[in-house]
Amino acid sequence: MVELAMGIMLGLCGVGAGIALIAGIGPGIGEGQAVAAACEAIGRQPEAKSDVTSTMVMGCAIAETTGLYGLIIGILLIFVAPGIFSGVLRETVLALK
Amino acid sequence: MTEKKEGIGPAEAGKAGVGSARFRWVDRGLIALMVLPLVCCLVLKVLFKPESQGVDISGAMIYLTIPGFPLQDLVITESQINSWGIMISLLGLCLYLTHGLTERAETKRQLAAEWIVEKCENLVTVNMGERFAGYEYLIAAIMGLSAFSSLSCLIGLFAPTGDVNITAGWAVLVFVLYTYTKLQGGVLNYLKGFTEPIPVFTPMNFISEFSLPISMAFRHYGNVMSGAVISVLIGTALRSLSKMLLGGIPVIGNIPLLQIGLPAILSLYFDVFSGLMQAFIFAMLTMMNVAGAFPQEAWEKRQAKKAIRRQRADMARAEA
Repeated sequence: MVELAMGIMLGLCGVGAGIALIAGIGPGIGEGQAVAAACEAIGRQPEAKSDVTSTMVMGCAIAETTGLYGLIIGILLIFVAPGIFSGVLRETVLALK
Repeated sequence: MTEKKEGIGPAEAGKAGVGSARFRWVDRGLIALMVLPLVCCLVLKVLFKPESQGVDISGAMIYLTIPGFPLQDLVITESQINSWGIMISLLGLCLYLTHGLTERAETKRQLAAEWIVEKCENLVTVNMGERFAGYEYLIAAIMGLSAFSSLSCLIGLFAPTGDVNITAGWAVLVFVLYTYTKLQGGVLNYLKGFTEPIPVFTPMNFISEFSLPISMAFRHYGNVMSGAVISVLIGTALRSLSKMLLGGIPVIGNIPLLQIGLPAILSLYFDVFSGLMQAFIFAMLTMMNVAGAFPQEAWEKRQAKKAIRRQRADMARAEA
């Protein structure tokens, strides 16, 4: 019984991490658009290259944040959550006995 | 990078000439002040590190737990110690750079110090405006501490910015500053700001107010931490791969040959580029948030209102 519960818990942690990383789609599209626009701007005004590049890198790093939230959740679900949840499970089983 | 605190003033110049024996001894002491804290952090880490094999992904080690505090036991973690070590080391760097300042820049270190000060002042004036002159000390300190914290993992320390507690502390500092700047526009104006554009938005405005420090803390922490995790995972994968491929060969099999090279390139991106970038972004966001909390137009309007009120008071006093 405990093994089954543990297995379900571990599996769901993995699935949850996978779902959390869907958050990477948004920043991917957003950053791609930002870089595309920056390329266009540099093509139109090559003398403003350094300004455009620094602004773009800055904007990309900020757009990355939502993806990072997903990544943090994923990492926590894989490396931290199983330890916490298995402790909770063990306590519950002990209480039931 | 808080050189300005020590000042560009020529106060120190007369004390001991550049090149004298005393000057050199003070120099050596300052270099020791720079290096020793980091060495202490490394030694502590080596002393406390438990033996581990395989994938080793964990947060900061806990060095000490002091019981008897009201809310929770006070834990002294690796990241706190490293953070203090880096702060002391940075102080040493600042003192070293500003040691023996002369009115006309002669030494390389004075040129470097002046360059840093100039760049910081420029950055703050361009991004925040003249009204916020004086914030460059804070911005430079945040930027320097953040950059050196992220870079400290290059010498084998646990990067303090990879711990959410440290970045959350900085974010709370920014939140306090931002609220303080907003309150300068008047308490009523501050409260009124929550009901804009229409009163229905009040809960959302509250949430967005508190999401600012959270997003700042998590952005910095997430970048550094995910870089560290990915580096560890790839390093472990390469080690097991080389054990699998070369394990049969007697002497060479024991050396993880595939682990040479690739992790260094990754570290160049994750540790150096990402760390410096995040330091810059954290400073940039601090500047934008603080400057945006009390915009120029609102400030001018308030100044005008104050002037009118003062005039009226003067007139009333004159009549009386």
